[in-house]
Amino acid sequence: MIEAHKDYAGAKLGMWLFLFTEVVLFGGLFLLYSAYLHRYHLDFHHAARNLDTFLGGANTIILITSSFFMAMSITALQLGRRGRCLGLLALTVLMALGFLANKAIEWWAKFEHGIFPGSEHLRALPQGEEIFYSLYFAMTGLHGIHVLLGVGILSFVMILVRRGRVRQEDFVILENSGLYWHLVDLIWIFLFPLFYLIT
Amino acid sequence: MSLTGIKAGASPRGFLSSPQDAGGLRSWIFSTDHKRIGLLYLACILTLFAAGVALGLIMRLKLITPGNDLLAPQTYNAVFTVHGVIMIFLVVIPSIPASFGNILLPLHIGAEDVSFPRLNLFSWWLYLTGAVVALVSIFTGSGAPDTGWTFYVPFSERTTTNVSVAVMAVFILGFSSILTGLNFITTIHQLRAPGMTWRRLSLFVWSLYATAWVQVLATPILGITVLLVFAERVLNLGLFDPGRGGDPLLYQHLFWIYSHPAVYIMILPAMGVISDIIPVFARKRIFGYNMIAFSSLTIASVGSLVWAHHMFTSGMSDLAVLVFSFLTFIVAVPSAIKIFNWLSTLYKGSIIVEPPLLFTLGFIWMFSVGGLTGLIQGAAGADIHVHDTYFIVAHFHYVIFGGTGLGMFAAMHFWFPKIFGRMYNRRTAAAAFWIILLGMNVLYFPMFILGLMGMPRRYYDYPAQFAQGQLISTVGSWILAMGLALMFYNLYAGVRRGAAAGPNPWGAATLEWTLPSPPPSGNFAEIPEVEKGPYDFAPDPRHD
Repeated sequence: MIEAHKDYAGAKLGMWLFLFTEVVLFGGLFLLYSAYLHRYHLDFHHAARNLDTFLGGANTIILITSSFFMAMSITALQLGRRGRCLGLLALTVLMALGFLANKAIEWWAKFEHGIFPGSEHLRALPQGEEIFYSLYFAMTGLHGIHVLLGVGILSFVMILVRRGRVRQEDFVILENSGLYWHLVDLIWIFLFPLFYLIT
Repeated sequence: MSLTGIKAGASPRGFLSSPQDAGGLRSWIFSTDHKRIGLLYLACILTLFAAGVALGLIMRLKLITPGNDLLAPQTYNAVFTVHGVIMIFLVVIPSIPASFGNILLPLHIGAEDVSFPRLNLFSWWLYLTGAVVALVSIFTGSGAPDTGWTFYVPFSERTTTNVSVAVMAVFILGFSSILTGLNFITTIHQLRAPGMTWRRLSLFVWSLYATAWVQVLATPILGITVLLVFAERVLNLGLFDPGRGGDPLLYQHLFWIYSHPAVYIMILPAMGVISDIIPVFARKRIFGYNMIAFSSLTIASVGSLVWAHHMFTSGMSDLAVLVFSFLTFIVAVPSAIKIFNWLSTLYKGSIIVEPPLLFTLGFIWMFSVGGLTGLIQGAAGADIHVHDTYFIVAHFHYVIFGGTGLGMFAAMHFWFPKIFGRMYNRRTAAAAFWIILLGMNVLYFPMFILGLMGMPRRYYDYPAQFAQGQLISTVGSWILAMGLALMFYNLYAGVRRGAAAGPNPWGAATLEWTLPSPPPSGNFAEIPEVEKGPYDFAPDPRHD
């Protein structure tokens, strides 16, 4: 058995490549969004007025703050303060769960109004509005899945930190998880204005 | 460069023999040794290739005469769809990079393994999962998918066949391909041995590098596209359905934004194999090393900008047609650069004709025919005439089977003695090559003519004026099948009872040939110091 070598730069490079693929994955959806916005800008305008800017804005603040805690947790571990690192990670996970709860409330309200993929109500709306909601569910849904994955990853990293597998001298797993989390945050920062503000 | 001998007590069967404590299947399917993973891929790819060939033969048999009813129309639709899905996503895309790339990349750059060995094993498991899901889609639900491998909407959303499962297989396979690409890029950046500068990389490694970037940057687009088809079918989301305001053209754009670069995922590694084989059998340094390496990167980047030439008849602005047609002609230039450099390497070389070189020359012939006929379709005006006819079927089989396929066979014959430590029968291999080359041309060349006469692709039946060409084509498929059978039998016999090959039977100069055949589990006993390039052949006093 060959001993696994530690390659800090390699691990970071691999992570960045993975993040590129995530950007491209969402890129396909952004492409669809821009094409349909161009075609149905009035319908998009009407449909977007039904989205709750307050809930969306609150989620934006939650996610940005969680990214801040994430960054602090890495610094804490680099300074050798494991307890503080764990506390900050727990805060990050909590905020991620808060984001998801908020999102669930928002989706639920839409469902209550008969707005969900394939619903009668949605079919009766102008086609551009149906496309808008399809994009809304596809993009925030895919993003939500990424947040959920983030909760899983960060919880797993917390276990690794507790067990000392991730520590002051070897923190690349924590750092890469942080990169992932910032990307999830960044994607939301684009989703928020596209759906809630600019139409 | 230090020559590494067999380590004391190491098995003469190298990585092929299992350590004492772990044997059998488990020591293979859970191994993180890049060579074992590469062989696992090779075994899976060749098995699925056999399945794809069988489907192709059935199709050709059905088309042998007009009015033939060997297959029901719906079955025929399923057969060409499954043939395409298996051949494209399970065979050709992983073909050379996942098998020979895995086996050789660390050896070529003087490394112990790839950067992320466990991720590498995970990629193979994903590949296997994708293959199983694809098979499930064929045999369960209400019939095998019948959309063609392109899954064009709106038909793919409305058909009752098992498209939802098939697109999930494609999604999983895409993920496997991405992770392999990610692993290779990191490996090439991080794990080159001391002295292995970028300009001492073998051209095979350069081609893997360019391919890996395409895998990483293009595949996610396919991922999201098939995911949306899945969401439309299962979650009732409406994004492409024209009945709900969607635009099927956007699907075509997204699909080809991946699937055109994907043909470079298919062909670039084969070009790398060719670039590594030719200098060995011409006993001469490669001509134009820099340009070949550079043209791989050019193909990868410009190739990402030509996707809409698949859509000239779908409805686009004239300006878009013009731009994409122009870019298509541009991307032909780096391919031509490679061909000229290979021919210049052969020119005045001390040529030794061995099976790997034969397959290589076959590649150059087939790829040239396929590439030049590609330009006919790249020209927007001519494309209107030949679009969706047998002409395009002939074109891409020349490029993909004649190119990537022969490139893969060349790689199999070139690296066979290194991987198995034995040699196949070279005369039989040469005979198999000639039969395969004849079969391919008899099978596919009539399709060019049929296409120009107006025979549309994917049609179940045809009028009598196409009968002659169809008959010749079917006879060609039998010749090809015989050639393939002979080739695989010969290689199998070589594995079983070939003569010992020695560490370097071809006199090649890349690093893997400094190791014993087969290479030991940990590759190099000590990481080599590289002092010369990959094509500096030993007894040549003029250099170094």
